Amino acid sequence: MIGVRCEEVAEFLPGVADGSATLSDAAVWHVERCLRCQAELVQYRKLLRALRTIRTEVLEPTPGLLTDILATISESGERHAVRQLLSGRRVASVGGIAAATAAGAAGAVVLATMSRRGRLRLAS
Amino acid sequence: MATRLAELVDRARQGDHGAFEELVRATYMDAYTLAYRLTGDEEDARDVVQEAYLRAYRGLKRFRGEAQFTTWLYRITANCASSTLGKRARHRHDVLEDDELLEASSRLDPAEHADRGAVRERLKAALAELPPRLRAVVVLRDVYDLPHEAIAAELGISEAAAKVRLHRARRKLRERLYPLAGEEEGGDRRAV
Repeated sequence: MIGVRCEEVAEFLPGVADGSATLSDAAVWHVERCLRCQAELVQYRKLLRALRTIRTEVLEPTPGLLTDILATISESGERHAVRQLLSGRRVASVGGIAAATAAGAAGAVVLATMSRRGRLRLAS
Repeated sequence: MATRLAELVDRARQGDHGAFEELVRATYMDAYTLAYRLTGDEEDARDVVQEAYLRAYRGLKRFRGEAQFTTWLYRITANCASSTLGKRARHRHDVLEDDELLEASSRLDPAEHADRGAVRERLKAALAELPPRLRAVVVLRDVYDLPHEAIAAELGISEAAAKVRLHRARRKLRERLYPLAGEEEGGDRRAV
């Protein structure tokens, strides 16, 4: 156990247990001769196995969750549809106002032109 | 199951509301289980699941199907749970440090825990006692097998921080479930 201490190895043991880490040669040498580190490694493997077993377990919520989820989505869908409708109407009304303004402006130009021509004719 | 879900996802993405409803029916208990494991509270878990499905519904068109639907849903659920836990911590005003939380919760019901024999039950109890920040990482990595990168992204932390938390969580669980000599009564973890 020369050179490497248990504390230094301990940091890597969970990673070794799940296969994501490898030990240096000195650390391997240490673990092979240290019963405490070997025991700790075995315990991490047990822990990881136990954690994987609870993956298959499904907890049952109190009644009503499914209904609540579907209602939330439904409400959201309806809100979205209403928003789209309103924004569509807004676009339409803004477009209408713009068109009316443009028509009004064009009419004013025509009237102004006509009255100027009328004045010119009278003058001549 | 995965193929069936993939078909439902395809139909739902094309606007089939019934298909999305079927997706919810097929997966909501699993999502609730994850939410409960992350939050440790039934009401919070219900809120988290509802929010997660709402986000999934809104973001379904962006789901490209490279990952499984359940993995994508787990990520959303983890993200929602993280937000809920963040809000809960802010409401408490005094965010306890991880070790303080663990010690506080360990004092709650030692007699009840002493009676639990089965490893699985003891493990669930130990998980429930972990501080939420540590519990989230170990549940997502070691129970649900999400990669570090995804865990970090959904919890809003760096990958390095996720790895540090995972290490701490595993060590605390190991010490609680399989204490080595000298660790049983909160003693120094090693004599060597």
